[in-house]
Amino acid sequence: MRHGTRSCCVGADMSEVVAGERLKRTPLHQLHLDLGARMVPFAGYEMPVQYPNGILKEHLHVRAAAGLFDVSHMGQFEIRSRNGDSEDAARALESIVPMDILGLASGRQRYALLTNEDGGVRDDLMIARLGERFLIVANAACKDADEAYLRQTMSRACTIERLEDRALLALQGPRAEAALARLAPEVRSMRFMDLRAVEVMNAACTVSRSGYTGEDGFEISLPASHAEAVAQALLENSDVAMIGLGARDSLRLEAGLCLYGSELDVTTTPVEAALEWSIQKVRRAGGSREGNFPGAPKILHQLANGAPRRRVGLRPEGRAPIRRGAELFSDQDTADAIGVITSGGYGPSVNAPVAMGYVARAGELTGGRVYADLRGTRVPLRLSGLPFIPTTYKR
Amino acid sequence: MLKFTQDHEWLLIEGDSATIGITQYAQEQLGDLVFVELPKPGRSVDAGAAAAVVESVKAASDVYAPIAGEIVEINQSVVDEPSLVNSDPMGKGWLFKMKIADRSQVEALMDEQAYHAVIDKAASA
Repeated sequence: MRHGTRSCCVGADMSEVVAGERLKRTPLHQLHLDLGARMVPFAGYEMPVQYPNGILKEHLHVRAAAGLFDVSHMGQFEIRSRNGDSEDAARALESIVPMDILGLASGRQRYALLTNEDGGVRDDLMIARLGERFLIVANAACKDADEAYLRQTMSRACTIERLEDRALLALQGPRAEAALARLAPEVRSMRFMDLRAVEVMNAACTVSRSGYTGEDGFEISLPASHAEAVAQALLENSDVAMIGLGARDSLRLEAGLCLYGSELDVTTTPVEAALEWSIQKVRRAGGSREGNFPGAPKILHQLANGAPRRRVGLRPEGRAPIRRGAELFSDQDTADAIGVITSGGYGPSVNAPVAMGYVARAGELTGGRVYADLRGTRVPLRLSGLPFIPTTYKR
Repeated sequence: MLKFTQDHEWLLIEGDSATIGITQYAQEQLGDLVFVELPKPGRSVDAGAAAAVVESVKAASDVYAPIAGEIVEINQSVVDEPSLVNSDPMGKGWLFKMKIADRSQVEALMDEQAYHAVIDKAASA
């Protein structure tokens, strides 16, 4: 047996880290070790890929009860207008994302895309407004480039602060609300994508009702100094278990959510990625603040006319998972690929293999079916709606 | 007679037949298996050829034929229930049986003591 011969992304062992490459650690590093986590290098950090329970049980635990994730490797930024008028900061943000930021109310959060001049995606973000401030959460692997880009494009109107001394926890699953409400009862009244300043065990937290699993839950930004105490307090509840990056990936795949670097990169447009829902009417053709974001001509054109390829959900018809990088074909025999798998694996809650990928002209496929080469055999996959599981957001 | 490979496979040698599976250490490293693909009985394989595939939620791993020979039998119950490989890797979780083509290849494999030294080294690395 050779371990992980066809593994993707989070698979490397710590011993494979190149000498001299110093990995960063999150404020919960010792807790991960104490809980027996298997640590792997991820986006420059030592991160827990799984705990002794393993990915399968961790995944199912989140869907049945509540899981706590350390996502402190993600980038957190605070943006303020230099002149104190937050509308100026909103306008500056609208110049780099195709979202309605002026219309984002205080206490609300929105999914956003940093686009480039080709209509591609530099990063996907969460942007929230809280009073005069805008708070951004960015991908770990992109956060340095994002910071440089934010400074380059927004510094005239805004101050940009990277919140290095804050940890980020995610608490996800049907018991998440009850677990967090023990420490901060006011979170019960929050709805999906609400964001509030909340005191949790004397720590000044920013809590949003959001996540990356398809489940109801919260993301908690808090001072690094308080992260371990809050995590320990949440883990005292027997409903709450620590969950690693492995299950985080299988949960988001079942929920049909994009992973930057897999479904999204500088060559994929929001329309190709089937994320046009994230571009509000006011920024589209005919809207009062139409265009004026990087890549607007291409993205507006694709919104009106469609894109040459689309992100789709795929269900392999057999039991074998079809993994990232597998090319897709329109029938059993053709040599020319019409697409590629971007994420694929086994969905523990679906109890079957699931995948996402890009397919050209998906509407023209006979029987809604594509084929992939698997160890020398061409196997069928059926196009599927996303998500693969019903989501339980508290709207 | 039990034999082991550097790739964390075990072989139970009975006459000219070898029953093959993955070790306790291997199943721990892989985590919960969700899919197993086994070779077709009757196929002849060379030593080192990819013979089976075991997949966890995250990753697929090849299982190599540790010796040359013919695949004579497969364990259909691990195809139906991959978790058997996790719960009983050296018993009910066996993968396939081979007819040994070259006895000297068996002799060259590790015994249990030598294999445990390999594991101890891997664990302390």
